[in-house]
Amino acid sequence: MARNFLKMALVLMALSVLCSAAWAVDGERLKVATTTSLQDTGLLDLIKDKFDEKYNVSLDVVSGGTGIAIQYGERGDVDVLMVHDKERELKFIKDEQGLERRCIAYNYFLLVGPKDDPAGIKGMNASSAMARIMEKGLADPAKVMFVSRGDNSGTHAREKLIWKKAGYNYSAVNTSGPWYIEAGQGMGATLNMANEKQAYTISDMSTFMAYQGNLTLVPIIDGGSDLLNVYVAMAVNPKKHPNVNCKLANEFINYLVSDEGQDLIASYGTEKFGTPLFSAASGSCELIGCSAAECAVPTSASCW
Amino acid sequence: MALLEISSLGKSYGKAEILKGIDLTVERGEILGLIGPTGSGKTTLLRLVNLLDEPSTGRILFEDREVSGRPEREKLSMRRKMAMVFQKPVMFKASVEENVSFGLRMRGKADAEEMRVRTKEALAAMGLPGYESRDANTLSGGEMQRIALARAWVLQPELLLLDEPTANLDPGSAASIDGLLQKLADSRTAVILATHNMQQCRKLADRVAVLQAGRLVAVGKSEEIALPW
Amino acid sequence: MRALDLIASRDPQVVEITLRAIFISLSSAFLAGVICIPLGGIIEFRRFWGKRALINLIQTFYSLPTVTVGLLVFLLISRSGPLGGLNLLFSPSGMIFGQAILVSPIMIGLTITALAGVGSPVRDTAKSLGATEMQIIITVIKEARVAVIAAVLLGFGRALSEVGVAMMIGGNIRGYTRVLTTAIALETSMGNLELSMALGIILICISLAVNLLLNRFQGRQEWRS
Repeated sequence: MARNFLKMALVLMALSVLCSAAWAVDGERLKVATTTSLQDTGLLDLIKDKFDEKYNVSLDVVSGGTGIAIQYGERGDVDVLMVHDKERELKFIKDEQGLERRCIAYNYFLLVGPKDDPAGIKGMNASSAMARIMEKGLADPAKVMFVSRGDNSGTHAREKLIWKKAGYNYSAVNTSGPWYIEAGQGMGATLNMANEKQAYTISDMSTFMAYQGNLTLVPIIDGGSDLLNVYVAMAVNPKKHPNVNCKLANEFINYLVSDEGQDLIASYGTEKFGTPLFSAASGSCELIGCSAAECAVPTSASCW
Repeated sequence: MALLEISSLGKSYGKAEILKGIDLTVERGEILGLIGPTGSGKTTLLRLVNLLDEPSTGRILFEDREVSGRPEREKLSMRRKMAMVFQKPVMFKASVEENVSFGLRMRGKADAEEMRVRTKEALAAMGLPGYESRDANTLSGGEMQRIALARAWVLQPELLLLDEPTANLDPGSAASIDGLLQKLADSRTAVILATHNMQQCRKLADRVAVLQAGRLVAVGKSEEIALPW
Repeated sequence: MRALDLIASRDPQVVEITLRAIFISLSSAFLAGVICIPLGGIIEFRRFWGKRALINLIQTFYSLPTVTVGLLVFLLISRSGPLGGLNLLFSPSGMIFGQAILVSPIMIGLTITALAGVGSPVRDTAKSLGATEMQIIITVIKEARVAVIAAVLLGFGRALSEVGVAMMIGGNIRGYTRVLTTAIALETSMGNLELSMALGIILICISLAVNLLLNRFQGRQEWRS
């Protein structure tokens, strides 16, 4: 009996291999690389459902840190990027890897920490607050700690920018003492770690609100231009990577910036958290530092 | 023309000289007893004849053609005219029928029906009728020995090489195998029967060759030979 | 435990993930087997310079870190890589390809061990009964079939439980390339520990079932001989 079972298993295996060949003949698929912070909010799952249905295609979302997402774009492994790191986005466009930078949504990073605010940073702006955390952390690492994403993500990039603004060389910061902890993980895992250690950390608002129920950390600083977080979509340039599905990519981006898309984004989270996790980019272009071209509807870049 | 002619055959493994200066002939249809104590080189000699190993010195001629030192293809066609039964025969992990018909299948000559018939005959001749579908590895030592004999016999080889076929058997099984070997004596198959049992030799063999420490010390009719030990 | 409830409720996403995981790992084991078993046979039966060294190398690769293999395969099949034109990245086919590479060392190595374990009396018997070299090889493979099948099942088990290749090559795309291991990683990182546990239990159960099957098969063979 076991023998027949095994024969069956082998036949199954053979069929599997043959079937997988059939996958080549698929419906249209659009590959989107995004960051874990965006993916973890669940927004893209919702967008995928709507987009798949409307256009009868399949949106394949791959997530990782901003670093690897940009890599995927530069290698032509995906058709669209959805990220939130202005510096790297501009470079991506400048290197002609992407067609154009389109602003989709925004919210603010939060500097969260333990309720009792051991470093006493309430009321300060982000950069001064970080400087104070470092000062107190160096003095008493048992009481004041900071957990960093440490993974080259958009959030991490923002953290490094704030350190720069505060006047510090990042390499001096992250090696200065046990008060600074590099998680090397996604936003959710980083928040959990900060929670465990009752430490400060920078989080995007969406992930924080999604995890808030399980955390005792609270937002201590939640505004200011230092913490502005703008989400952007970029189609990968077909001139550099002729295989990308540029047409569908533009349709996707147009969907995101359309009224329907923007409404979807702006209302996401209300049901679950009481307030939306994102603000739509449309209508707030100047506020978030996007040029008119980056907000134009529909997207003007052509694939030819 | 002798079926098998061996001249000045020697085999060494490194410094150990297992066989030296063997001169021997075997005629068609005759049973040659190869007698010698354990370790005298009987198995080595049989393996050389079966072309499993290559001699260190000397020549082997089969049907008047040189076989030692030839390319594998020629050896294969010569080997297919012989069959060897090892001292502790190994059964393939298959049924008795598959074991017995192995050689036939390898030669690819007979069709399925003919193989089935010949296998049946061989098993009957060996006193194991109806054993076809049994698992070869569940048999007793004596039964396995007979299957191995059947496996060789079914090929109707010109030369049959038997390495101590009854050495590991109880007297009862040994006696019945002797009976089978007697039947072989009547056929036109030549046999080299390696054994350390002189009675067996006297009963079955036409001629006897005595091997001692790798050297042939005597060859002649079995009545004439007296063992040096 | 909530984990068991989740399994019992047969949530369609969980079912989909499980079936996909089995499908992909089974395919990769088969693909690897088709190539590696003959390859193992050739390596075992031929004599060549450096044979021992090659076998040592293969055995060293048994425990290659899956993330490293994942990275190497990624570089291979990425659009910018040498096999980019095949469009394998972020697809189940790519995962099958990557996992097949991952389990190949085990399959080749265990096949070699299995064949070596057959022993010269079998080869001599086959040879003396008139088998050609190729026929001897096939006979030995048949004699070792239990161990060879065990190697394939072991490959399946390793492919099923690995996450490095599945994550890097598949991308953990919902509804397309998400499998048990990558789903566990995701759910854990999102804090959904009960769901992670449930998926983990399913994974263990499958491995258990495969092992039981294997043991039964092996046991019967051993008892016979």
